[in-house]
Amino acid sequence: MSDSASITTGAEKPAAHDDHHGHYGVPGYDPAAWKMGMWLFLFTELLLFGAMFIVFAVYLHKYIWQFAAGSVQLDIPIGTFNTLVLLTSSMTMALAIAVLQRGKKELAIKLLDFTLGCAALFCVVKSFEWGGKFEHGIYPGSLHLAAMTLGEQIFFGLYFTMTGLHALHVIVGAGLILWCRARIKSGAVHAERITFMDNIGLYWHLVDLVWIFLFPLFYLVG
Amino acid sequence: MSTQALPAMEQVDYIRAQKGLRSWLTTVDHKRIAIMYLIAIVSFFVVGMILGLLMRAELLSHGEQFLSGAAYNRILTLHGVIMIFLFIIPSIMAVFGNFVLPIQIGANDVSFPRLNLASWYFYMAGAALALWSVGVGGVDTGWTFYVPYSGNTDANVVLPMLAAFLLGWSSILTGINMVTTVHRLRAPTMGWRQMPLFVWGIYATAWIAVLATPVIGITLVLVLFEKFFHVGIFNASMGGDPILFQHLFWIYSHPAVYIMVLPAMAVVSEIVPVFSQKRIFGYRFIAMSSIAIAAIGSLVWAHHMFTSGMADEGRIIFSFLTFFVSVPSAIKVFNWLATMYKGSIRIELPMLFAFAFIFLFSIGGFTGLLQAALSIDIHIHDTAFIVAHFHYTMFGGTGVMFFGAMYYWWPKMFGRMYNKAAGMVGFLLFFVGFNTLYFPLFVAGLKGMPRRYADYLPEYEGYHALSTYGSWIMVTGLLILIFNLIGSLRCLRFWGTDAEENPWDAASLDWKVPSPPPTHQFASEPIIVGGPYDYPIPHLGDDDKQAGKAEVKA
Repeated sequence: MSDSASITTGAEKPAAHDDHHGHYGVPGYDPAAWKMGMWLFLFTELLLFGAMFIVFAVYLHKYIWQFAAGSVQLDIPIGTFNTLVLLTSSMTMALAIAVLQRGKKELAIKLLDFTLGCAALFCVVKSFEWGGKFEHGIYPGSLHLAAMTLGEQIFFGLYFTMTGLHALHVIVGAGLILWCRARIKSGAVHAERITFMDNIGLYWHLVDLVWIFLFPLFYLVG
Repeated sequence: MSTQALPAMEQVDYIRAQKGLRSWLTTVDHKRIAIMYLIAIVSFFVVGMILGLLMRAELLSHGEQFLSGAAYNRILTLHGVIMIFLFIIPSIMAVFGNFVLPIQIGANDVSFPRLNLASWYFYMAGAALALWSVGVGGVDTGWTFYVPYSGNTDANVVLPMLAAFLLGWSSILTGINMVTTVHRLRAPTMGWRQMPLFVWGIYATAWIAVLATPVIGITLVLVLFEKFFHVGIFNASMGGDPILFQHLFWIYSHPAVYIMVLPAMAVVSEIVPVFSQKRIFGYRFIAMSSIAIAAIGSLVWAHHMFTSGMADEGRIIFSFLTFFVSVPSAIKVFNWLATMYKGSIRIELPMLFAFAFIFLFSIGGFTGLLQAALSIDIHIHDTAFIVAHFHYTMFGGTGVMFFGAMYYWWPKMFGRMYNKAAGMVGFLLFFVGFNTLYFPLFVAGLKGMPRRYADYLPEYEGYHALSTYGSWIMVTGLLILIFNLIGSLRCLRFWGTDAEENPWDAASLDWKVPSPPPTHQFASEPIIVGGPYDYPIPHLGDDDKQAGKAEVKA
């Protein structure tokens, strides 16, 4: 050591935060770090959708009446139903975490199954909705759409892009919940080691949150 | 900074800890991942440099020399993509952020070691895709992929956009890792104000990487949607707006220039106090100016678009913000100079690179202010002036400090000191060549020479010829600098000496572990007393066995 400072064996003072791993300073099970990493990742998701919302705002400003005309062609009851489905799934996800924290493994898995059911229901409804639009000739690149006003073309372009991107997130989220379910079953995730499930819950709430904004923007601006 | 720590016992260092290619490709050790980044990044830099040489050679005299216009456009695109996405953006953050940051905060690794390795694979996959698509696929859009051309060109722009997407993921994951590591793995006795300024710089950079990169991701996805699904978000004939692409592109890409330059400034802040043996001047101002640059730098994107068509109010606001963002950069420069004032300055190679940074980046910064002025920008927009400006800031700034960081931390990373005399020669050639290469472009640009052109009118020949000669001098210097490092390695030992633990008399924690460090550099928790810049180190001049130490106490 070229330093003049006294160097003692640090063993005298036990490391403050190495109680959950063998070596000092080696990242082990650190729930706070995992949560922080997840939140940072969620920021990137928010900015991804945030950029889309900026695009939406720009075109809404430019084509306010055409957007209204596009919006009335969407089915509000179906959109409302899907909103309720996703909100319910968010609730059951939160409940699943709460009951696993109390050690009720079986109930947690049942709640996750219900959440997965909601995710599937959402996708099925969404695909019927898209299919209905396709049957009416409204899809990107179609002649019917090309004959509409420029504002409506952009409206439906954004509609398919943003709801499609959101549906992709629903599918990824469902995949994560399945993974979480398997890890609960195998015992890797339990009441004392629940951060993994917490993080997946956070992701699922984000998916829900994005839809909360998509629904009024597309269905209700008319 | 003094520490009380159990120095890592006589352990085998991280390079020799395991053998074989497989042990490298599956490692989760932050130091080994940093070395893998280093090898990849330097290799891509050399490729990009050769492409630059080719362009300069084509421009030696007017008329077509050996590259057709189309070939020139492709080489220009490839040069830009490699230098921006594969070299400058990851350079200091991925290599030295990975290697040095955990050691400087007294940790044994980053928070998510496996994610760290994954981010290297994302980088390599993105790099392979980018090289293949631009090199073989012949994309000629320039690195900015502006619509409508990128939507219409016959070349396959899908692959380089996917590549940019993967590379973006790589920097997001590294950013998440760095932020979390600083928060969670700092030695418990290290307060925020005891962190070295390098850590502050990387921390601010990591935040920008996390917050800005997703925007470019979604923007490129929208261009792909236009190509595949005819969703014309940026297509005027389908109701879209091409200018919106430029906005979204620069909302990411302007913060990205601070992703590039903040780590370089952070390295300067490390090097200057060490080689002045003086406490850093204005620690808090330097640390906070990084955060200020990160914040204000996110609000200046439209200064790339002053001639694209924008409301006057918008142009005035963005012009003002652009002037404003230069303030924190200037704060850093003044603080470095004040640190050197009355210090015992040692002219070693890392310090020379820091001098070069301050000189070149100041020229780059001042010419940036010219462009922030709306009326002047209309004259110099899209001219060689811009090319000179961003090479002075990006290459003269970040590129120079990447080399500075290599010359500073090389003894720590590999346990070997390079040949200092050869390094000086290389540095001088580089510095002279750099200015000969890029300064004439300022003048040519002011006189109206457009950028990106494969040819020019005869009256610009003098500037271009001078610039091309400069490129030869500069590349000679760069090659000397690179081979000087490679030849000093333990496996070659062509020149150089074994390095001690702390060859520069630095006070920060990274110089208190062996060179090269063992896999777990801290056997137990280091107890941090004082700050990272407690200079001068008191014992100097007593028993200097090390070469080059005698002049310290001048």
